[in-house]
Amino acid sequence: MRAFLILEDGTVFEGISIGAQKEAISEIVFNTSMAGYVEVLTDPSYAGQSVCMTYPLIGNYGICNQDMESKKPWVKGLIVRELSRKPSNFRCDRTIQEFLLEYDIPGIASIDTRALTKILRKKGTMNGMITCDENFNIHEILPKLKQYEMGNVVEEVSCKEDYEIIGAKMFEEEEKNLKTGLGREKKQSPPVLMKEGKGVGKRVALLDLGAKENIILSLAKRGCFITVYPAWTKAEEILRKRPDGIMLSNGPGDPKSCISIIKEIKKLYDSDIPVFAICLGHQLMNLATGGDTYKMKYGHRGGNHPVKDLKTGRVYISSQNHGYVVDMDKLDKNVAEPAFINVNDGTNEGLRYIGKPVFTVQFHPEACPGPWDSGVLFDYFIEMMEEARHA
Amino acid sequence: MPKNPNIKKVLVIGSGPIVIGQAAEFDYAGTQACRSLKEEGIEVVLVNSNPATIMTDKEIADSVYIEPLTRKVLELLIKKERPDSILPTLGGQAALNLAMELEESGFLKSQGVHLIGTTSQTIKKAEDRLEFKKTMEKIGEPCAPSLVVETIEDGIDFSNKIGFPVVLRPAYTLGGSGGGIAFNQYELEEILANGLRLSRVGQVLVEKSIAGWKEIEYEVMRDSLGNCITVCNMENIDPVGVHTGDSIVVAPSQTLGDKEYQMLRSASINIINELKITGGCNVQFALHPNSFEYCVIEVNPRVSRSSALASKATGYPIAKVAAKIALGYRLDEIKNAITGKTYASFEPALDYCVVKLPRLPFDKFITAKRTLTTQMKATGEVMSICTNFEGALMKALRSLEQHTDSLLSYGFSHLEERELLERLKKVDDQRIFVIAEALRKGMNPHTIYKETQIDPWFIDKLAILVEMEERLKEKPLTIEKLKEAKRLEFPDRVISKISHVSEKRIKKMRYENNIVAAFKMVDTCAGEFEAATPYYYSCFGSENEAEETKPEKKVLVLGSGPIRIGQGIEFDYCSVHSTWAFRREGYETIIVNNNPETVSTDFDIAHKLYFEPLTPEDIENIVHFEKPDGAVVQFGGQTAIKLTESLMKMGVPILGTSAENVDAAEDRERFDQILEECGIPRPAGGTVYTSEEAVEIGENLGYPVLVRPSYVLGGQGMQIAFSPKEVEEFIHNINQIAQEHPILVDKYLMGKEIEVDAVCDGTDILIPGIMEHIERAGVHSGDSISVYPVQTISQKAKETIIDYTKKLAKSLHVVGLLNIQFILSKEEVYVIEVNPRSSRTIPYISKVTGIPIVDLAAQVMIGKKIKDLGYEPGLAEEKDYIAVKMPIFSFEKIRGAEISLGPEMKSTGECLGIAKTFHEALYKAFLGAGMDLPKHKQVIITVKDGDKQEAIEIGKRFEALGYKIYATRSTSKALKEAGIQARKVNKITQESPNVMDLILGHKIDLVIDTPTQGRDKSRDGFIIRRTAIETGIHCLTSLDTARALLTSLEHGNKEKLSLINIASL
Repeated sequence: MRAFLILEDGTVFEGISIGAQKEAISEIVFNTSMAGYVEVLTDPSYAGQSVCMTYPLIGNYGICNQDMESKKPWVKGLIVRELSRKPSNFRCDRTIQEFLLEYDIPGIASIDTRALTKILRKKGTMNGMITCDENFNIHEILPKLKQYEMGNVVEEVSCKEDYEIIGAKMFEEEEKNLKTGLGREKKQSPPVLMKEGKGVGKRVALLDLGAKENIILSLAKRGCFITVYPAWTKAEEILRKRPDGIMLSNGPGDPKSCISIIKEIKKLYDSDIPVFAICLGHQLMNLATGGDTYKMKYGHRGGNHPVKDLKTGRVYISSQNHGYVVDMDKLDKNVAEPAFINVNDGTNEGLRYIGKPVFTVQFHPEACPGPWDSGVLFDYFIEMMEEARHA
Repeated sequence: MPKNPNIKKVLVIGSGPIVIGQAAEFDYAGTQACRSLKEEGIEVVLVNSNPATIMTDKEIADSVYIEPLTRKVLELLIKKERPDSILPTLGGQAALNLAMELEESGFLKSQGVHLIGTTSQTIKKAEDRLEFKKTMEKIGEPCAPSLVVETIEDGIDFSNKIGFPVVLRPAYTLGGSGGGIAFNQYELEEILANGLRLSRVGQVLVEKSIAGWKEIEYEVMRDSLGNCITVCNMENIDPVGVHTGDSIVVAPSQTLGDKEYQMLRSASINIINELKITGGCNVQFALHPNSFEYCVIEVNPRVSRSSALASKATGYPIAKVAAKIALGYRLDEIKNAITGKTYASFEPALDYCVVKLPRLPFDKFITAKRTLTTQMKATGEVMSICTNFEGALMKALRSLEQHTDSLLSYGFSHLEERELLERLKKVDDQRIFVIAEALRKGMNPHTIYKETQIDPWFIDKLAILVEMEERLKEKPLTIEKLKEAKRLEFPDRVISKISHVSEKRIKKMRYENNIVAAFKMVDTCAGEFEAATPYYYSCFGSENEAEETKPEKKVLVLGSGPIRIGQGIEFDYCSVHSTWAFRREGYETIIVNNNPETVSTDFDIAHKLYFEPLTPEDIENIVHFEKPDGAVVQFGGQTAIKLTESLMKMGVPILGTSAENVDAAEDRERFDQILEECGIPRPAGGTVYTSEEAVEIGENLGYPVLVRPSYVLGGQGMQIAFSPKEVEEFIHNINQIAQEHPILVDKYLMGKEIEVDAVCDGTDILIPGIMEHIERAGVHSGDSISVYPVQTISQKAKETIIDYTKKLAKSLHVVGLLNIQFILSKEEVYVIEVNPRSSRTIPYISKVTGIPIVDLAAQVMIGKKIKDLGYEPGLAEEKDYIAVKMPIFSFEKIRGAEISLGPEMKSTGECLGIAKTFHEALYKAFLGAGMDLPKHKQVIITVKDGDKQEAIEIGKRFEALGYKIYATRSTSKALKEAGIQARKVNKITQESPNVMDLILGHKIDLVIDTPTQGRDKSRDGFIIRRTAIETGIHCLTSLDTARALLTSLEHGNKEKLSLINIASL
């Protein structure tokens, strides 16, 4: 069946319908990761967006449930050049086609994804619509596209009730479930639980703004005891439990629309409990402490972004997924100092808060998809908690 | 960390002659790195024995030495030039080994010279099997159970312990030389013995076979601060067991999820960090197809064939960045030259699929085993880019120029399912065609997977291509179907063949329905950033994004495709130089080529690079868009020449000699007519299509006769026939491959071969030099030792040669390059071949004479005159230097290949000896070829009856040098009768000790074996020659070569070599 992708600027791509045959209006973004489409589909930060994968061959290894970054896919639509008809991987649980249908997600294939990418690069991220309606009326559609707003997507993706994860226990389960076959003796992915170390028993409060599974796993495998809270949880409730550390997760949408959450985060900041924040969490912490954010032209989405640690000069290749960024010009030097910058465009990639055990990054040390290079930052967070305990 | 201020003068070691496993990729890497160093104001001294390289141009380095790559020469060179640093990671294994020798001997320390880019500890950790294993164990990176053995007994013990099959990998060898898989003790003993001999340190790794696992490679970069990136990963379609150089490779990996991808990526970074490599490194993994289990196969702590491929596949210039890192720069301080915006510290994102196919030499060595193993056999490779895998594979197939343009190209249709199943077990270059046929016959893909261990994803892709074939068979050919066939990159020719619709109609249908090729960019970033110097590939069903340019003048330069025997790196040298020349003349230059190993496909050589197959249809797509003012076909070997007619039909003017005149030189009758008009004699002969006609001509001429196809390079299919039976056999061989052109049968003349390269502007002619071959006519010019200037030719003959050259240039209206081969027989000069194009001697003659031949040719092609370019027409004044070009062979890599020399070219590369005297030049040439004699002072001589007289002279001279001479029965008799102390040895078939035992005793310097008439029919001789080669003993099959070697041994002196800086000539 034919499908169309109509962009806010009037551009129309014709392709073939994949997944659910329904209409979807959303923001259109592109991701340059060559592998990891399962993680992208299920990353809550993509709520309200349709993703164009720049790598042309998608679905080659099917859907591995183990790779899902949340319970379900969050993208509004998927845009690809070609979907593989035959997935091949020992972990493959189903095809990507089945997956899209199961979760009622529409998509379009057989379009020139590079041409689309170049439009987004030149004109910036814009809204668009995927439809199977051949008789669409562009004059009616374009105003609708311009009006579209993502709304309060954080509330949509956040967990509804708080829950607890006991790292060690979870990992025993995980180990049993891993279909690693021969690999079990040697090397496993994800790596097995650290049974020793400073992380064991640390109590972390995780504010779920749309958290990726691997943020939880990264803490859990270090032995942490994690309580996951819905995004709207009051700071008092979290602080009452006296956690060793607070983790602010990634999440979708415009940070400035999270007005009430920002207020709560300010209280968390004031508490002097160590805070580690990723992506949306990083932006919200900055807004909570008087900073500002702005929308980037077309954002950073991919697994190849170099970020530089300004303290050591070391460069890490990072996984990224953000359309907004902290405004360095409006940063109060007395509140926070840049910890990381993006080597490509010099934008902010991390902040270290002055006089506070607060450390935040724009990129994704939890990877999935993307390089594991900066996973060490979770250890750094554990160090922060350890220091605070002794302080 | 900016540049290290202490580095001012760097010695770069090249990789030497082109051999299998070490080819043009090191010229590409070396050239790019030298330019990168010079950019930084570093004084570069370059040494490489290979004169056909671009890196040995004076434009590339400040001082250039084309000298043998031996420790002694390097020591002399370092003392002479006094560099402060050596960059050893660009010249392949050859350079790395040499640097290690210099370091380990303490020489570098004594001279205060540092290795940059890597340290000897790093090299040792990565290359020494034991050290490597220890290192991997230390950081928890798994390796397959293995043991380094130094004796066969230890190998047997260990193999019995871990169980067969086992893989054998000799330490410090290239292209897996001497390696293999042994399934039983017998095979183990055979391969192990060979491997122990080939290893520089006498070590072979015996390892549990992980055959059938996925083979995945990563290219990693690291700077001195420890910043790491991976440039790309690649997946071998052929599972572990086939050398990656012989595998079909796809980039990026297709069947790995992000978890597998990142697991191996992290492992690569772990490894490069532990090895502390500063620069580039290649890591090869085996990944279990059904688990996360993996093991590290190998690490190359240097640029490699794979890194060249990765560079071209992604646009990331690994060698350039590696050179900057060696100077002290950090990755985030080096600009990404493709985007001009981002930095080298980022990982390329591909938005296309890349397929590499090996170019295997089985069309040359028809007796050789086609089986692919862990020992590399490919001489070259092609790379293609498309937005889908099927299309990339189809494009790569037709880029090979081996008469393959689809999966139907080999005739397996006669095989039944049962036979196909058997055939699938055979791992060779035709396997994907067999798989396609099995799919056509309806075999279950899972069965195919079980037999081949090729991932089902790839098998399904082949199935998609086979399904397309089937759909094309069904009439009618609809627009939708055509669109899909083109998306999968079926060429019009193939669509026409299958659908029985004429190519003309297909083309019309395509243009009427806008089914045309679009060009997409390779930009390192999947479109995320604007690109400054991208390059292009074509695909169907997309928007064209190539920049439309309308410069004043635009020229299309056609490259030479994959490196193969007969068409090597020399033609890339010519393509690149012509491009530079046109650039200087104000032209916008466009290069089309598909070889990822070459300099010509570097992103900044031409204004625009199209990474495309070199077929008429693919070229037409480019022409259609670019509308060049002219095309140049003279420099890209036969690949480019073959496109002449098609280009003219497209309306593209051919710059230089017209197509008609090119044809006149190849067309027998027209050429004969020209010769007659000029009064130039040639060996008698005729043109035929069938073997009957050929036999008739043979009878008339009298045997022996020379049989050869027309329009080929490197004497492919050329043979000397001594009987009608042989004529029939050879004609049959030639006709096995598609042959649209007639076959030539000539009288074979015994005499001296002379070769001339010339530039002609239509009026005047400049002859930079005349070359003389050491081997008599009958040995292909590419396999002969060639000497400049001529040493033994009379002034009169020389004048005749100049006269003939002038006449031929005029009659053929040559504008540009001309190469003529003559035979001097009984003081009479005959013309045997005229090629109005570049030849493989151009690079070396350019370097020795200092005349920029290609540059001049390009200039006369656009109307300039030789006289105005500052050159006097006629024969250029001979230089004070003598240059001897020595052919280099890769026989040891190809099991079962006949090594005896004949009219069909077999050498893969060349080295040069250059000196003030002929004797020193000759000595250097032999030294460069690895003939570092004497060692044991023992020689075996076994010659055919006709050569006995000559053998006596040779025997005497060896005896005078103190050699002990062994000879088989009749040869020893002849030698003894002449008073030479020859020891008789038994033939192979006789009881021990026989000639075989002698060879295997490792105490022989040299075997001289002239094959009995024609192509060798004697199994004995063949076995002797093969055994000698595989035992590492030099084997000469021409007495002329033997005499030259004697001359060099009689006069050579290792200790007193003079080194010549080519850049100062």
